[in-house]
Amino acid sequence: MAISERNSVPALAGSGSAYVTPSTSFGVFKRPVESTGWRSWVFTVDHKKLGIMYGVVAMTFFVIGGVEALLIRLQLAAPNNKVLSAGAYNQMFTMHATTMVFLFVMPMAAAFANYLVPLQIGARDVAFPRLNAFGFWCFLFGGIFLNTSWFLGGAADSGWFAYAPNTALAFSPSHGVDFWALGLQITGIASLTGAINLIVTVLNMRAPGMSLMKMPIFTWMVLVVQFLLLFAIPVITVALFLLSFQRNFGAAFFSVEKGADPLLWQHLFWIFGHPEVYILVLPSFGIVSEVLPVFSKKPLFGYKFVVFSGAAIGFLGWGVWAHHMFASGLGPVSVAVFSVATMAIALPTGVKIVNWTMTLWGGKLRFTTAMLFAVGLIIEFTIGGLSGVTHAVAPSDTQQTDTYYIVAHFHYVLFGGAVFGLFAGFYYWWPKMFAKMLNERLGKWNFWLMVLGMNLTFGPMHILGLQGQPRRMQVWTEFRAGQGFFNLAFWNRVASVGSFVLAIGVLMFLINVIYTYRTAPVAPADPWDARSLEWMTSSPPAEHNFDAIPTVHELDEFFHRKYEENEATGEIHQVSTYEEIMADEATRADKHIHLPSPSYWPIILAVGLPIVAYGLIFARLLAVFGGVVILLAMFGWSMEPSVADESDYDPPVDGGPTKELATLG
Amino acid sequence: MADVAVHTPPADGHDDHAHGHTTSTGLSNNKLAMWMFLGSECLLFGGLISTYMLYRGRHEGSPTPSQLYNIPLTSISSFVLLMSSLTMVLAVSAAQRRDDRNTMTWLTVTALLGATFVGAQVFEFTEFVHEGLGFTTNLFGSSFFTLTGFHGVHVTVGIIMLMALVGMVSRSRIPGDKAEVVEMIGLYWHFVDIVWIIIFTLVYLIPS
Repeated sequence: MAISERNSVPALAGSGSAYVTPSTSFGVFKRPVESTGWRSWVFTVDHKKLGIMYGVVAMTFFVIGGVEALLIRLQLAAPNNKVLSAGAYNQMFTMHATTMVFLFVMPMAAAFANYLVPLQIGARDVAFPRLNAFGFWCFLFGGIFLNTSWFLGGAADSGWFAYAPNTALAFSPSHGVDFWALGLQITGIASLTGAINLIVTVLNMRAPGMSLMKMPIFTWMVLVVQFLLLFAIPVITVALFLLSFQRNFGAAFFSVEKGADPLLWQHLFWIFGHPEVYILVLPSFGIVSEVLPVFSKKPLFGYKFVVFSGAAIGFLGWGVWAHHMFASGLGPVSVAVFSVATMAIALPTGVKIVNWTMTLWGGKLRFTTAMLFAVGLIIEFTIGGLSGVTHAVAPSDTQQTDTYYIVAHFHYVLFGGAVFGLFAGFYYWWPKMFAKMLNERLGKWNFWLMVLGMNLTFGPMHILGLQGQPRRMQVWTEFRAGQGFFNLAFWNRVASVGSFVLAIGVLMFLINVIYTYRTAPVAPADPWDARSLEWMTSSPPAEHNFDAIPTVHELDEFFHRKYEENEATGEIHQVSTYEEIMADEATRADKHIHLPSPSYWPIILAVGLPIVAYGLIFARLLAVFGGVVILLAMFGWSMEPSVADESDYDPPVDGGPTKELATLG
Repeated sequence: MADVAVHTPPADGHDDHAHGHTTSTGLSNNKLAMWMFLGSECLLFGGLISTYMLYRGRHEGSPTPSQLYNIPLTSISSFVLLMSSLTMVLAVSAAQRRDDRNTMTWLTVTALLGATFVGAQVFEFTEFVHEGLGFTTNLFGSSFFTLTGFHGVHVTVGIIMLMALVGMVSRSRIPGDKAEVVEMIGLYWHFVDIVWIIIFTLVYLIPS
């Protein structure tokens, strides 16, 4: 039980005591009640704080993953280079991909989802606030656990999809793969709990009047992604368990020499792995579908088509995994089926591209940085999508498999798609989250350097790949680089230079954040003339989000409250301002909003997981200790009510609202 | 667990939040979440069962499945597990009548039946090891023990939850709606049962 609004004033009012001791009723400890300082963050269950924490941690991992990428490009910048040894190089590309996929794009999407979904559907928090906090800590501890492998004998070096036999003890004797398998289990728990939480939130907690087809498009895409996570995560869980059992307990699930079928790993991994690519990119599709209408001053073209094509991608995404395995000898029937299915999935994706373009068509375009990133996504993602269709053609794919052409393709869709969308989201929602506008001039530098950088880095990889440069190649020689336009040396150098341009572009964003944090004035509450419910709050939103839960009548509710259409002429004219709408809502404000209370248990439970994982690798006794921590935390959690006891609150003054927890204990 | 609700506390002050509020689906948050989790679990067992089906014929160096399986014993233990679903239903029904004594009784019986099943499984595993099928003997062994082991762990977790529930009911330490908590554990328990029906059919009854 999390948020409850009590209609009756508790009997406490007459007690006359100004100091209230937070009760220990049911819980084992007194509840944390701080509303300022680090404790208010570490024990928080507020979806907005957790969203920001997800964002900060994911950004940190983005920088780490980026440095790994730069090291890879440095190594490939010159012939016979010795920046990285072969072993270090293998670890570098494995951890670069793992970090970017699991520790940057997924959690950054989770940051937006956490922060925005309750606001967009007019709720005061997610369905399970403590579970939400638990998910964040699992992600953080899982990410730290993964990265400590660098200092404990070397990181995973089997590539991010960890094909057998690369993961076998004989070929990867360090603990790296063990860290990888266990670390991904921990971040997987974060994804799974997050998925359940957000699905229940979206399905159960929408504001009155908000039917599914009046839901903001970002929330829709998040919902689709959570269903993908819900069903994809258990499959990778099985695969990782089998891998751990093979490495630690002597099973032979993927050992060909013991009669196993190495394709089993490939199937399990890609049944997870292909939905995963939609998990990465659909949140960004949702973001640009919010950004484009606002800066075109038009509704999203074909909202229903965008929704259903998103859902269609979600369904079809399960039937295309084997296109990652065309070169593994599946047989002509399988190849043909998956080839056709893969071409089919280009259709709903194409529908989205058309819808975005049509949204722009005839609109009053404002090219803010957010808009630039959104338009950039349309273009760069389309390039990546088209090279993706060439993989769907199996004979052509056999030529491209495991070459830089693949590397080019997925960086266009993931960097040009997922990451550009996330950056559009930063610029668009920054004033909502922090009440500061990011600087537009720095933003333009940020955008154009990133566009230039990514095309310089990943564009040449098409050429490199079609010329046969294998993926994950550690070193090249001048002697074998070839001649003329197709000279591998030249294009490798271009890509390496490009990667640093790209890095400077990202740096511009970080500079922008620090610069505006120090100098920018408070942003207006509705700077973009936005359309959806999250803008119908103060910036940043109050802890309880909405004073009164709004009643929804339209898709783009906020826009429809601000503007009306003259039915005769079709002209749109403003009828209300943000201030007037907020003042109107304030007259209906709910009293006695009790928010979910902070709790120690999520972080205690989450900290048990890496202890178990370290224990499994280094000392079984430690794992037992971690298990005990987890078990005790579960009991503490289950006996603690989600909302603090009535006596934990400051007594209401003059029968007024009781919104604050007692801060003295 | 938790749900977000706008509600009026009943007169007795008991925080009975599963009733008296509306969610968009009409299903309480807790229950919807449990259904989602079980949906996810289907894929977990799907992966494990697929692995077993792929490897069940690869039993070099050990007795074959048909030589190993003790169908009468496993049938009895399967029956015991199925009966535990019945007692679980009785526990839920008692909880809905707010009959704490019967709730605790039936929860305990359910846990005991579950423990009988796990006990039979441990006995079966020991027998198999004696007859020459260990976890690492061959692929059949690895995948068999992994699949049935995962199921056994699920039953064991269920038993722990049932016993914890008995303890918490007896000390009135369940926050929120007691009947719903019992029902949620029940959902999990029935799910684990259903998975066993599938495993029993695919692993034991259908000859490889």
